Amino acid sequence: MAKYMLILRGTDESVAEMTEMPFEQMLETMGRFNDELIRAGVLVAAEGLEDPAQGVVVDFSGETPVVTDGPYGETKELFGGFYIIDVASKEEAVEWARRIPAITGSKCEIRRVPGIDEFPQDNEWIARERAWRERTGQL
Amino acid sequence: MSSAAGGPPCTESARRAVEAVWRIESARIVGALARYTGDFALAEDVAQEAVAEALVTWSRAGAPESPVGWLLATARRRAVDAFRRRSALDERYAALAGRLAEGEASSGAAAPPDRPDDPPWDPDRIDDDVLALMFTACHPVLAPEARVALTLRVVGGLSSEEIARGFLVPVPTVQARITRAKKTIAAAKVPFELPPAGERRERLGGVLSVLYVIFTEGSTATSGDRLLRSDLAYEAVRLARTLVALLPDEPETHGLLALFELTAARFPARVGPGGEAVLLEDQDRRLWDRSAIRRGLAALGRASAAGRGLGPYGLQAAIAACHASATSVPETDWERIVLLYEALGRVAPSPVVELNRAVAVAMADGPDRALSMVDELAVSGRLAGSHLLPGVRGELLARLGRVAEARAELELAARLCRNVRERSVLLRRAAALT
Repeated sequence: MAKYMLILRGTDESVAEMTEMPFEQMLETMGRFNDELIRAGVLVAAEGLEDPAQGVVVDFSGETPVVTDGPYGETKELFGGFYIIDVASKEEAVEWARRIPAITGSKCEIRRVPGIDEFPQDNEWIARERAWRERTGQL
Repeated sequence: MSSAAGGPPCTESARRAVEAVWRIESARIVGALARYTGDFALAEDVAQEAVAEALVTWSRAGAPESPVGWLLATARRRAVDAFRRRSALDERYAALAGRLAEGEASSGAAAPPDRPDDPPWDPDRIDDDVLALMFTACHPVLAPEARVALTLRVVGGLSSEEIARGFLVPVPTVQARITRAKKTIAAAKVPFELPPAGERRERLGGVLSVLYVIFTEGSTATSGDRLLRSDLAYEAVRLARTLVALLPDEPETHGLLALFELTAARFPARVGPGGEAVLLEDQDRRLWDRSAIRRGLAALGRASAAGRGLGPYGLQAAIAACHASATSVPETDWERIVLLYEALGRVAPSPVVELNRAVAVAMADGPDRALSMVDELAVSGRLAGSHLLPGVRGELLARLGRVAEARAELELAARLCRNVRERSVLLRRAAALT
């Protein structure tokens, strides 16, 4: 079994379309899909992000970080939210991603999430992080 | 599903794509087909034929737009063909074939639509279909190993190869079990339906015990050279989560899931770097999966909240929870574990439970009383031939300083144990005694 993150990316158009969709309808559409993941026993975590216009960007291009309000860059691919699922194969992760009730124009990137076990366990920082994960019940 | 490894890369990628869809959808596909046709064995057959056809077609033409719809439509076509063949012998089948071909289910449900974006089943019925499938695969007319194989195949969507790997039996054995199971269900005229209310509780017990067997085999492999087969155990976790979602009001279902989560949480610490078994007292508890523990405790809370008292699985989960919340073996609440084993012995008496209770008594009160409990068990002969009894007896004797007897018992346990990893732990313990 392996954990995969399904990263949801939208465009200006798809974000606008999403905002126009009646809230109840959106809840139902996403809710049905989320319920599928729960019933299949594969859902680990899921979060959606607020409107990118409300975001802040810290830019490290120059010598000092520059902070600006608003969405990131050209807004061609806005990060909108994610799922983490625990499945048997990358193909299964892809198959779940295909089923996301996403709006036309948006994209989903699928990336494996390495477990803490895959890092060198004798490293002091890994040990600290591990302790935090134990205390808080993180993945 | 057949899954011949190798072959050209496109065949391999098609196989993996088919497997992924099948894993997610097998229960719903077979469930819907069984309801359409009223014939569980036929449903399983045609579903497998559709999978085989998908392997060929998808490797040539790529996966279709709606893989699920494709599989269901193909399987339904096969079912119509089967009914037409039979209708030459019996005209009742002609009517069934006609209805099915028109897309009208024998039960009167709506046909699966051909539009790729719609789910090809009736969302209001699918839960009942999947549940009925679980109850059918775990039906009491079947032999226990047939229930296990059939459940993993039709509900879990595992291939015969995967099931064979999980239980260390040859693939033809799994195939034969499944074929025989389907014949038994047909011969016994088991209807594809939810059990009547009067039988429901008992039949649910049957389903839970099948999941328990699958999990237990994965978490304490009875034979072979690997201590754990965690993929198999994970299948049981997945199936238990599905069952909990379908039957949220059954406390024992939550108890079973809690037991699985809390036990699986310890998997990462149970196997050493060389694949060797690590005993509870030596486990690095930092390796325990805290999010699994949290899920397990939450499930146990739901089982207790029903207020009907914990059943056998809930009690075992409560014991696992004592371990999960302790920082070390000495810090563990052994008195509570003794009480829980006593309760478990009352609701589900078994020699293994008594043996475990003796271990807990040894931890709570010392080895003397525990040894007399174990000796009583030995006299009763109820665990004859099992490595567990001499294993525990050897440990207790060692704690009492009776070294020669302890060594003999541990060596006996090693001879009786079929798991290579567990056996070497026993031999190491015996050799370390001085």
